[in-house]
Amino acid sequence: MLPAMNAQQALADLTEISSQIQAAVVFDEKGKVAGSTLADPGRAGGLARAAAELLAAADQVKPGETALTQLEVATAEGSVFVVRDGKNRIAATTGSNPTVGLVFYDLKSTLRNVKPAPTKRPPTAGRKKTATAAKKQTAARKPPARKKPDAS
Amino acid sequence: MRRSAAAILGILGGALVGAAFLRRQGAQRDRADLYYEDGSMLSLTNGSPGAERLLPLAREVIRKSRT
Repeated sequence: MLPAMNAQQALADLTEISSQIQAAVVFDEKGKVAGSTLADPGRAGGLARAAAELLAAADQVKPGETALTQLEVATAEGSVFVVRDGKNRIAATTGSNPTVGLVFYDLKSTLRNVKPAPTKRPPTAGRKKTATAAKKQTAARKPPARKKPDAS
Repeated sequence: MRRSAAAILGILGGALVGAAFLRRQGAQRDRADLYYEDGSMLSLTNGSPGAERLLPLAREVIRKSRT
């Protein structure tokens, strides 16, 4: 799960560096809000649901070929940006005619910052590798032991 | 008299042309740009089937962010 405090902090940094972003929400694939610039949790949830619906509809435009990673929908009222990275998503709204590349860059940076640090999986994988490595080392040690009698 | 009538007609005509231009510009502004993992991008302009589905959803997102 996403660390909520980190997401909130990352969004605070985002709105501080990017004056174009009016509202933003970080949520996961199930729509659970990890952080939002909106103070009301109900509104944040509604925004996340609407953004998830937009992303799901965009997925249907070109299904099955390649994964959709980000989108921008521009309207006369403003623009909507959604960026997806693994299980995490960030949605943001701006006014009309935003600097698209800059907004995407800021959103990706924010999403990278709220990513949970690898904690459980790598140690498990590391143990397996260590065990395998230990077996290999044991196997590597055996041949010299056989050679000793031959040598003498 | 004729000059003032011509001036009024000119102003009205200019306003109509300006309004039509702004409306056209506004309609062209509505679009959806989709970016994919392989680096490809799909731009759906107003009137295309994909954009007709995405634009109302985007307006809903904007509405929810502001109300």
